[in-house]
Amino acid sequence: MLRVILSRLLQTIVVVFLLVTFTFFAVRAIPGNPFAAEKATSPEEQAALEAYYGLDKPLPIQYLNYWGNVIQGDFGDSLAMKGRKVSTLISESFPVSLKLGILSLFLGMGIGIPLGIIAALFHNKWQDYSAMVIAMAGICIVAFVLGPIFQLLIAKPLSLLNVAGWNRGSDIILPAITLCFGVAAYLARLTRGGMLDVLSQDYIRTARAKGVPTMQIITKHAMRPALMPAVTFLGPAFAAIITGSFVVENIFLVPGMGQHFVLGITSKDYNLVLGLVLFYGILMGIANLLSDIALIFMDPKLRNS
Amino acid sequence: MLRTTSLLTLASLAFVSCETRSDVEIANEENILIVGNSNEPKGLDPHLVSGVLESNIIRALFEGLCVEDPAKDSSSLPGAAIRWEPSEDFTEWIFHLNPKAKWSDGVPVTAHDFTFSYQRLLSPDPNWPAKYAEMLYFLDNGEAYHRSQFGKIFCKNDPDFPLDWEILKEANFTGDKKIKLDSFADKKFSDLKEAELEKIKPYLKEGETVDLTKLSAEEIKLADLSDPEKRIYLNSIGIDKLDKDQLVFLKTQPDLIDWTDAVPADVRQLVIDRIIAHHEAGKPNLWEKAKVGVTAVDDFTLKLNLRGPVPFLAEITKHYTWYPVPKHVVLSHGEMNTAFSSPWTRPGNIVSNGPFQLKTWRTNHLIEVEKNPHYWDHDTVSLSGIRYIPIKNYYTETRMFGDDQLHLTYTVPSELIPMAKEKYPNELRQEDYVGVRFLRVNTKNSPFDNPKVRRAFALAIDQKSICEKILQGGQKPASGIVPPFGEYEPPGVIHFDPEKAKALLAESGYESTSSFPDIDLLTTNSDSGLREAEALQAMWQENLGIKVRIMQREWTTYLQKQYDKDYDLCVGGWIGDYLDPTTFLEMWVTDGGNNNTGWGSDEFEDLLTKAENTADVPTRMKILSQAERRLLQDTPVLPIYWYTTNYLIRPEVKNWSPLLLNNHPFKFVKIEKP
Repeated sequence: MLRVILSRLLQTIVVVFLLVTFTFFAVRAIPGNPFAAEKATSPEEQAALEAYYGLDKPLPIQYLNYWGNVIQGDFGDSLAMKGRKVSTLISESFPVSLKLGILSLFLGMGIGIPLGIIAALFHNKWQDYSAMVIAMAGICIVAFVLGPIFQLLIAKPLSLLNVAGWNRGSDIILPAITLCFGVAAYLARLTRGGMLDVLSQDYIRTARAKGVPTMQIITKHAMRPALMPAVTFLGPAFAAIITGSFVVENIFLVPGMGQHFVLGITSKDYNLVLGLVLFYGILMGIANLLSDIALIFMDPKLRNS
Repeated sequence: MLRTTSLLTLASLAFVSCETRSDVEIANEENILIVGNSNEPKGLDPHLVSGVLESNIIRALFEGLCVEDPAKDSSSLPGAAIRWEPSEDFTEWIFHLNPKAKWSDGVPVTAHDFTFSYQRLLSPDPNWPAKYAEMLYFLDNGEAYHRSQFGKIFCKNDPDFPLDWEILKEANFTGDKKIKLDSFADKKFSDLKEAELEKIKPYLKEGETVDLTKLSAEEIKLADLSDPEKRIYLNSIGIDKLDKDQLVFLKTQPDLIDWTDAVPADVRQLVIDRIIAHHEAGKPNLWEKAKVGVTAVDDFTLKLNLRGPVPFLAEITKHYTWYPVPKHVVLSHGEMNTAFSSPWTRPGNIVSNGPFQLKTWRTNHLIEVEKNPHYWDHDTVSLSGIRYIPIKNYYTETRMFGDDQLHLTYTVPSELIPMAKEKYPNELRQEDYVGVRFLRVNTKNSPFDNPKVRRAFALAIDQKSICEKILQGGQKPASGIVPPFGEYEPPGVIHFDPEKAKALLAESGYESTSSFPDIDLLTTNSDSGLREAEALQAMWQENLGIKVRIMQREWTTYLQKQYDKDYDLCVGGWIGDYLDPTTFLEMWVTDGGNNNTGWGSDEFEDLLTKAENTADVPTRMKILSQAERRLLQDTPVLPIYWYTTNYLIRPEVKNWSPLLLNNHPFKFVKIEKP
């Protein structure tokens, strides 16, 4: 167990290092100037700004400086949102995305897993087909279609819900539902697959032959192994969903983290992009580790190996 | 597992408030205006921002010498100043400050806050990233101080200086902008074209040649150059911008730079000596020496001396660059020129002199301002606060308006205008706005170095269809660069005329359109940008038979390509800062920071200078109209349409009348309770 955790942590460190290194050079290769504005920037101003943010130094030096600062806990200043630290931007927006992400993840699980189980139990029957049509639709219909539909069909007639914003307690509902669809759809497909696989196993057939009630077979014997693919998926999905979604935040006016990813790139905000990638990489490592640990608990075979 | 999940889900869903009143209903009771404001502001320091959405917030927080009239354009009400008197020739203005005017911490607003603010905005420090310092060039010597024009600062302001500045100023202080040293890279002197040779000829004697690789090298050492090379090099820089070593060298051979014959040798030495002395003294701040035309006569009297007659000065003082910043607060959080790293504008620190003060600022979420208890005209202010919401998605914004979440939207996307006309006939406003949409043309490259080709492209744009079929927001075809307002009469040169366009193209020598070079049209990656570009593409194809490629780039790349003149045609827009044609014309001077077309004309600039020195308003307007005609004659910009604002406003919001600059003074706005 400890070995798994340690090796995972080590892997995470390597992955994050490579990720940041790649991103560092990739964002600088994008054409465009972080200091370009509606009003012209004079060459002197440009030089002064570059010096202020350390962009005047050769790229390898900048790269080393970046790691030096990160080790001291300094992610640098945002280049586009001047005067604001990358760490402040992340710490302001992450709690919002975390709250929204956790709710939509639970919603997704609450919808997706039962849907998958039903589909597997009624394999090749209408229940299966309709569950899979819903799941397919959940994957295909993107948030920028779903979001406005929800706004117009649910929020507008309902005085309880606002179209967009992040001020009332209820403002979380529509973005959470919009976000949960993708997760639910994948989970339904994965759970169905896992369940079908398990239900065809010999030990299930034995249990059936012994006369164990169907409900008991599912909850006691089939459920745990059937959910393993879903749990594997949930690790990275968790990291992705709690770091926000640009589209959902844009439509529902959520002050979350997802928009920073996109706007960081479009405004050539090198420091912001790197800070986000670093943060996301670490989260992804942790989430993968958690899902590994969960798998070990779920599968005795893995526990012993 | 399943049970816990569903329980948790239910529990989270149950965690909702049961408020059934809409946001607007609640806000109406609290007397708070909710405004859609497009995006997160880049900052709230009036000296550092340059956008419209920032100005919407800054206008509530701060107040200039004069305040906009809520219902009348070009009319000013007392702000930080109770009254003001211009001199007869409009070059000297006295502003009497309101002794009751206070910052939101109770400290009085004094004339010293204004001198401090203007010194701050004009600071010549390259680390000072103010984008809008040019707005203060109206002040006498403002430009000299901001651009460190040493010659002017050391010689013009010295009453004992042996030579009149009017004579001395003809010497090459600012550098010959026509010489572009890096354009000589990889060229031989013998290969230079006539036009290029013409630019450096004044600095060459009969038969002299120069080594262009030396002049275009990245680092140039003066000692390695021959005399003619030194002459070209030094003249391209200008006396003001030479460094100390170059000046010391120039002292031995003053003739290397162009002084004009009227400047005697001893004066040349004197000028060089003074600038060297400044460098040797460690370049001290020159604010005192520069004598910029802003003086605090006493605590409550501000005297402004201008570079020329400016009859419309009150109009300009309403622009946020002319607002005061609190000296005592700025200095307690940093130096005068600490830019974005100074926390003085953060909530809790910021102190302002306008009708409102900052209450909350949450990134990408909201900015809320509340009534400023120390505001001098406290009783006039009706609102108890304004909530600015950064709604980037304008479709969401329109939906939020429909769901009673906003009093006022930032805009209405053009696709939704027909819907809004039908659904919100009383809420939709479509008003004239001083702004212009145009295409910049890169006049440096073929085929657009030919004015006839540019004119042909301009006349082939069916502006009316763009306005009526695509935009649908009441925009008007632009016959020029300056939108019509007040006493200004636009020359009205550009009108859709496909026949003439074809004829011009034929005249230009591009007989067969198939031989026409490949042309790119640079635009942004927005949907509206693409629609507009596609319409233009179709019009040129139909009217000129020329196929233009559309090149979409995202914002910063689009801007950079423009500044680098790495484009053929490029869409752009300009919004007036104040109600005077110069706000649209001055950007087109040679190498102006926002010109980006490579175009320049002495005649055009002479007309602008002439207007600058004319106090009589009708005459001035006539001269400016001539200048615009001159600009359009060469057509380095192709006008498309004049802007309008389209927005939705709730009927209970009162005292919100159409204003050409769309700078509504929030202090007069009322929410009428039903």
